[in-house]
Amino acid sequence: MPDKKLKRVDLIFSEDCGYKDVLAESLKMSNEKILQEILDSGLRGRGGAGFPTGLKWKFTSQEPGDEKYVVCNADEGEPGTFKDREILSRVPLKVFGGMAVCGKVIGAKHGYIYLRGEYQFLKADLEKALDEFHASLKESGFDFQIHILMGSGAYICGEESALFESMEGKRGEPRNKPPYPTIAGFRSKPTVINNVETLVYSFMICRIGAKKFQELGTADSRGSKVFSISGDTPIAGIYELELGMSLEDFVEEFGDGDTKAVQVGGAAGFCVPRKKFKDTIIGFEGVPTGGSMMLFNSSRSMYNVLKNYVEFFEEESCGQCTPCRVGCQQLKKGIEAVKKGDKSAHYLETLQKLAETMKVTSKCGLGQSVANSFSSIVDNFKEEMIY
Amino acid sequence: MANTVNLKIDGIDVSVEEGKTVLDAAKKLNIHIPTLCHHEDLCVAGNCRVCVVEQEGVKNLVASCAMPAQEGMVIQTNTHKVRNARRHVVELLLSEHNADCTKCYKNTKCELQSLANEMVMGDHMFIDLVPDKNYTVDMMSPSIIKDDSKCIRCQRCVRTCTELQHVSALGVAYKGDHMKISTFFENPMYDVVCTNCGQCVNRCPTGALIEKNYVDEVWDAIYDENKHVVVQTAPAVRIALGEDLGFDVGERVTGKMVTALKRIGFDSVLDTDFTADLTIMEEGTELLTRLKKALVDKDTSVKLPMTTSCSPGWIKFIEHTFPEYLENVSTCKSPQQMFGALAKTYYAQKRNINPENIVSVSIMPCTAKKFEANRPEMRDSGYQDVDYVLTTRELAIMIKQAGLDFLTLPDDKYDSIMGDSTGAAVIFGATGGVMEAALRTAYELVTGREVPFENLNITAVRGMEGVREAAVKIENVLPEWSFLEGVELKTVVAHGLTNAKKVMQAVKDGKADWHFIEIMACPGGCLGGGGQPIPTTPEIRQKRAEAIYAEDEGLPIRKSHENPEVQQIYKDFLGEPLGHKSHELLHTHYHERKRV
Repeated sequence: MPDKKLKRVDLIFSEDCGYKDVLAESLKMSNEKILQEILDSGLRGRGGAGFPTGLKWKFTSQEPGDEKYVVCNADEGEPGTFKDREILSRVPLKVFGGMAVCGKVIGAKHGYIYLRGEYQFLKADLEKALDEFHASLKESGFDFQIHILMGSGAYICGEESALFESMEGKRGEPRNKPPYPTIAGFRSKPTVINNVETLVYSFMICRIGAKKFQELGTADSRGSKVFSISGDTPIAGIYELELGMSLEDFVEEFGDGDTKAVQVGGAAGFCVPRKKFKDTIIGFEGVPTGGSMMLFNSSRSMYNVLKNYVEFFEEESCGQCTPCRVGCQQLKKGIEAVKKGDKSAHYLETLQKLAETMKVTSKCGLGQSVANSFSSIVDNFKEEMIY
Repeated sequence: MANTVNLKIDGIDVSVEEGKTVLDAAKKLNIHIPTLCHHEDLCVAGNCRVCVVEQEGVKNLVASCAMPAQEGMVIQTNTHKVRNARRHVVELLLSEHNADCTKCYKNTKCELQSLANEMVMGDHMFIDLVPDKNYTVDMMSPSIIKDDSKCIRCQRCVRTCTELQHVSALGVAYKGDHMKISTFFENPMYDVVCTNCGQCVNRCPTGALIEKNYVDEVWDAIYDENKHVVVQTAPAVRIALGEDLGFDVGERVTGKMVTALKRIGFDSVLDTDFTADLTIMEEGTELLTRLKKALVDKDTSVKLPMTTSCSPGWIKFIEHTFPEYLENVSTCKSPQQMFGALAKTYYAQKRNINPENIVSVSIMPCTAKKFEANRPEMRDSGYQDVDYVLTTRELAIMIKQAGLDFLTLPDDKYDSIMGDSTGAAVIFGATGGVMEAALRTAYELVTGREVPFENLNITAVRGMEGVREAAVKIENVLPEWSFLEGVELKTVVAHGLTNAKKVMQAVKDGKADWHFIEIMACPGGCLGGGGQPIPTTPEIRQKRAEAIYAEDEGLPIRKSHENPEVQQIYKDFLGEPLGHKSHELLHTHYHERKRV
């Protein structure tokens, strides 16, 4: 049973300090000290996968060589996620600050923001903020440059290795791993790639310290997180909440009183039905999310929801690996055939097995996570798939 | 020495060099892991996912072709999870694939088909996606057919075109369910930078990329009583044909091939080697003439270095990529086209046959030769000089169709005229061969002595290194060649268009002082040509090369200028190298093409 109650937090957007002070203080700290703070804080990547941020920085800092990079993954494309847009609009300087601190720790001279193609409208403001930021860096004497590169609208380019390919001017296709980005990322050089939100939290941890950050959240999910809340809710929007709450509390706060399911983590995430709200924790020990929370009330057809997701993946797969490219097409055709009665309900079991194969054989996280929404929706709303 | 790593596969300990993959380690143990996108000549793709295995401590399966072997790894290749996954992957590929196998050119030779045989029993699991796909077939090229309905998107062709050939005619277009292998703006293959080299055809695991075949047309000509059908066979065919007909790699089948061609019903079975020797006479003279103009006449308009012109893939490549150097290309036609032009002139006269009734067929290790035969430049006899070009593979098909038991056929000799061969001509089939043959003749022509290499073997130009340089010092020359006294003739040999590009770039950057450049479009030269038996690997190409050099050593005449029929044709018909008649029939010029 979750013991955390839903709690709103004001860390990321708070204006209780100027970024300049934090930056100046951080740049005076030793690399070892910063790294230790980030490691101790227990901060895990906020893009969805949840890799410990401190370890990522540590591995990259240990790699030999002068040419290293910090990349800010701002290719926010997960359906139902719009928190990075908000962060970049409201506190861009803290994002840059996180990048600079990371650059200091790992020994990078350049940072890149890979900005989602559809966020072109943010670019002018970001560049203005960057001018200011670069001026502050100059004052502090730290040699670090941040550049903005635009994506072109492909969901797959949010996958870190496809993102590097795209940055290098190539077709956005995921690479084989290993090697991981900490060894061979952008231009095959050691690279830290972090989500926008992760970088801000890293920056904030430099200010408040690991201890204070640890007070929030649970053992597996330290701190707070920015949620993008949408769907059947009267108060859709961006909220920073402490991690570890139960989905029941969440629905009580944000639902419209008739919530039948919540899709946690976007199309690549899991669908939780009403009967499981109480026992579901939002966090890495339960159901993790990159921020997307979509609420569905009883007027929604879960078949339509699922078909929408599968169609999305069918189109957004890069197409290189077999399980993802063909598997998505088969899942879509398959549920359509069952719905129409061209295939018996048993065919759903074949499709479930296929989804499992996609999970274990796909080359990257895209194909591997299709099964999350597929299996959780088919398992919990089987009757809606058939009738 | 490289470090070794120790791992365990299916309970068996194995050590491999650091940097090797799990697949390599499994191979060392003779554990078969199925693969599709993997190819020994190409970089790792890891996209088909057929080769997945289970790694202890890792939740998901790993692609063995892409996973580096690591110390202490424990791998299982044959678990329930692995078997289910592989079956699913093959089923998925089949659902997207036009599996009308009996109608397919690659039937029984398809890697997907054999995997399906291995893994899929009974009904297919998934829904057939092909009817909704709107797949297209590009049949407009005279060399290569691209059938998207057979494509499994393994990208072997893309990697071949990009890595081995630096041509990049093929690439990946679109994403998701629309992802396909395509060309610039989806233009047909004949209208892009494709050189028709056919290396993609050699590496396509299915029938998605195949040569355009002319087997039926050739049978029709043979059965037409009014036609006199002559056939020429390229040097590299005789050392590879056996692979498609039950022989081991590297077995020479020259005599059996000649017998088979005669039994199939060709009216005259002749040898491209004859015109290979003729090429040496013409091209060697051309090189010496250019050198004289440059060294004696101080003519600055002379283009040096001179490059060879035998490889039609190379010709189309330079037309697209380095058109400003077209004047450096020897004006000699390729041996195939010299033969074609002579078949309908010299041969027709000698045999007293109306050239209109001659059908000229060539058997080539090459798909680009099909394109070459169709070039407008190649009609100097007054007709299309070569009517049909068959690959080594197509000849194997004809031999099977004719009901011949190739393994037990007796040997026979080529017909005459235009059937004489020398060792110098045979080695045209290997990278460096044209250079070696040219040096054997040119050196002797200039000095009156044989090349100063043991047993005539110029080993410096042999081998599989991508770019090889060699220099020959010319001393004690005959009086008429005195301008060459003391000159060090500098040569370079490149094979595979990626290496060709390196050489040409060096020329362009002014970093090269070569006089003569040999370029073959295909890795290994013609022996690794796009029309040769499938598969091809570095090891196979090495064995074919050994067979070529063995064939050379076994021939009584090993210098082009000593070919009796070559001497005869200059006496009876051509006059002299670079003479009027030669210019008319044996030389040509090529033109710039756009770079898309």
